[in-house]
Amino acid sequence: MSLLEVRNLRVTFATETGEVQAVRGVSFTLGHERLGIVGESGSGKTMTGRSVLRLVRPPGRIEADAMTFDGRDLLHASEREMRALRGKRIGMVMQDPKYSLNPVMTIGRQLTEGLRLRDGLGRSDATAKAIAALEAVQIRDAARVMEAYPHELSGGMGQRVMIAMMLIPEPDLLIADEPTSALDVTVQAEVLSILDGLVRDRGMGLIFISHDLRLVARFCDRVLVMHKGLVVEEIEAAHLMEAQHPYTKGLLNCLPRIGGSRAPLLVLDRAGF
Amino acid sequence: MTGLPAPSPQRRLLPVLGQIALGLGTLAITLLGLLLITFVIARIVPTDPVLSIVGERATPAQIAAIREKLGLDLPLWQQFLIYVRDAVQGDLGRSIRTGQSVTAEIARYFPATLELATLGTIFGTLVGVPAGVLAATRPGSIADQIVRVVGLMGYSMPVFWLGLIGLLVFYGQLDWVAGPGRLDPVYDMMMQFTLTSYTGMILVDAALNGAWDVFANAVSHIVLPAGLLGYVSMAYISRMTRSFMMNELGQEYITTARIKGMPEWRVIWVHAMKNVAVPLITVIALSYAYLLEGSVLTETIFAWPGLGSYITDALFAADMPAVLGGTVVVGVAFVTLNMASDILYRLVDPRARA
Amino acid sequence: MTALRAWLSDPNPASRRQARLGQAWLAWQRIRRNRLAMAGLVIVGLLLLVAAFAPLIAPHDPLTQDLSRRLLPPGTPGNLLGTDDFGRDILSRIIFGARITLYIIALVAVTAPVLGLLIGTVAGYFGGWVDATLMRLTDIFLAFPRLILALALVAVLGPGIENAVLAIALTAWPPYARVARAETLTVRSSDYIAAIRLQGASSPRIIAGHVVPMCLPSVIIRVTLDMAGVILIAAGLGFLGLGVLPPTPEWGLMISSGRKFLFEQWWVATMPGLAIFIVSLGFNLLGDGLRDVLDPRSASR
Repeated sequence: MSLLEVRNLRVTFATETGEVQAVRGVSFTLGHERLGIVGESGSGKTMTGRSVLRLVRPPGRIEADAMTFDGRDLLHASEREMRALRGKRIGMVMQDPKYSLNPVMTIGRQLTEGLRLRDGLGRSDATAKAIAALEAVQIRDAARVMEAYPHELSGGMGQRVMIAMMLIPEPDLLIADEPTSALDVTVQAEVLSILDGLVRDRGMGLIFISHDLRLVARFCDRVLVMHKGLVVEEIEAAHLMEAQHPYTKGLLNCLPRIGGSRAPLLVLDRAGF
Repeated sequence: MTGLPAPSPQRRLLPVLGQIALGLGTLAITLLGLLLITFVIARIVPTDPVLSIVGERATPAQIAAIREKLGLDLPLWQQFLIYVRDAVQGDLGRSIRTGQSVTAEIARYFPATLELATLGTIFGTLVGVPAGVLAATRPGSIADQIVRVVGLMGYSMPVFWLGLIGLLVFYGQLDWVAGPGRLDPVYDMMMQFTLTSYTGMILVDAALNGAWDVFANAVSHIVLPAGLLGYVSMAYISRMTRSFMMNELGQEYITTARIKGMPEWRVIWVHAMKNVAVPLITVIALSYAYLLEGSVLTETIFAWPGLGSYITDALFAADMPAVLGGTVVVGVAFVTLNMASDILYRLVDPRARA
Repeated sequence: MTALRAWLSDPNPASRRQARLGQAWLAWQRIRRNRLAMAGLVIVGLLLLVAAFAPLIAPHDPLTQDLSRRLLPPGTPGNLLGTDDFGRDILSRIIFGARITLYIIALVAVTAPVLGLLIGTVAGYFGGWVDATLMRLTDIFLAFPRLILALALVAVLGPGIENAVLAIALTAWPPYARVARAETLTVRSSDYIAAIRLQGASSPRIIAGHVVPMCLPSVIIRVTLDMAGVILIAAGLGFLGLGVLPPTPEWGLMISSGRKFLFEQWWVATMPGLAIFIVSLGFNLLGDGLRDVLDPRSASR
């Protein structure tokens, strides 16, 4: 049974110069699998991710024919019901821990906050769980990190803390919005493998949003290619090279290959789609 | 960055101490600059200070003697050094009107100003911060517009005019508050003769003495000026709070907090507010300083015997040492407030400690 | 009309003049959309008009006394805002007072930013000990209460409008120096500055011709916002009797002389204050609007 079902999602922003449609009708289903959403900046992929959590603020508004998570209607749920879902059942890891972690709170407080307030755990229980979560993302010296502030951590470490924070309540679905884009290449692989392990071990559903086609193809089971607010192609990751849509083909052609052609890159004719 | 977490608390302390030392050094230089400026101003006085002491019929010998006594025959830089030395020891000269030590007189008048400015800032913060938060969390709404307009008005009003209007309406027409002065004469005498003065601030002293009738009377007198100053303070504080809060609410960590399922009030008042508090400290300190400065304009209106009144009275009597002494004191208060807010900022913001 | 509009909003301008005018027009469009900023612009415009045409607008002479018509309330025929204790028409005095206010802020607006720009750009451009000393100086002035310092200055220099202006300007320049220095630092290391220097341009020429223009937008916004404060300080000085001398109809002075009659003849002190309030508000609104348009990053929204 599918974990998440989205039908005809539309996200519109009312701006000074008229309405802007960031997402123009996106549909997909997700089981306990990994779905990648690929697109360039402005394709609407981030907005899609945020819509699932109903985190789009005015002047943006979310509309859809249907949006259900585990049978529950996400579209018409009250804010209260959404809050119960957020964190506990759906989590989201964002791009840059420099900005996504509260700079004036210690890591420990940020980790235990959800446990203590939402789940009513006592301080020592919550701290123990937080330390366990940090160790699960392979942070040594977890006790010291608990006392640290976000600016004292490196990018890779901060992102691992983010992952730990989102995984503590053991959600069923994790949305990762460009989780490695702000990291050095060497650290990317590390963080990805940690994410990989955790998602597999806990049997979570994962939506992996990125602009990096190759990364997504390697990491996910299925790939959604988005362009200008629409899904232009939905394809199994294994069959990515057999993509049909000209946009996807264009993207694939841009990836450098050893021994590949040295001719100038083809310019995409966007009027074609 | 190797990714190692922070050094232990002891090692965090040393840089903070270093910064405090640097801050104190800067403070010293700034104060020196202030004294330089007042010294220069004092020397531009067109009227010869000697003549104002001895009168016009003095003999050249008398004038020379006084000149030597006042140290005016020394080279300028030496005069400046003497001036600084005296100031550091707390000697700001003698008032021409009363012959008393300027420092002693100011010490008598200052608490009244402090009391008023403190109360005004407290009002301003207690009203201004929630107002700013309200406006920031509902941008474009009626509440937002009201807060902005009310703030803007308070920003644009001459504070002495506001004082007069307040006096006219709340005292003259509505009779809701007591009139000018800190206390009715009866209570004033009680305060002076029967009660011990600890701080010079009537509200505090009356409370400490347990003299609640004096306290009540003092409240009825202070409520109008403090309220008006509070309004002016609130205008600035609410505007800045709104600006800071809107900035913070657009940050990614707010989204993180929401993703964790935190209730909105907590997102605003714990997560965002902790970040807003950092620059807000500076704003509040600045607002306090502004109220101190504005005392020269408001105190005469309310017959409030504070530093402002002292300076304006000295002004009308052309008592330059008193005016300049008062300037130095306000300047020192200003600089100290800035420095204190700077230190507080560094203590509160973990990023500044690195 | 529409042909002109089309020409101005053409996304591919053909000449530099067209591009510049097009940008200015776009900025104007954005300001126009901001109603509060437009209100501010109207108020400032009114101030300029009233000051310019004062003798034509004012119903009476501001200085003529008529002791038989003292302290008449507003609404008295011939005296829309009433008369003061010398029988002078308050409306006329306020109108002429606009000239004085304009005079003061114009002088300050010209001197303080120029001084600040000079110090800021020189400090930012040369760096090193020049920068350190100038910035120390700026910080010292910045750390002091403007009103009190202006007060002390005027106290020694003596009352008079020029002294008041001097005092205000001397305390108003530090923020401009700060802003100018910040902009200069950003611009200093850019390639085009290096290019001009390689062509042999002297430092004054570089500063005046290339660095200063970059600082201008921020400075202009600051000036507009600052004017509101300058008006209040000038009025404060007038209130304390440190600005102009009676019988000149300066607004602050008028409030001060109206204090005696506050409870019975409230209009004498209230009306001039209203004028100060409205003008200061106008500058604040305009300044806010300008900032939103010219520098949206720092907007208070």
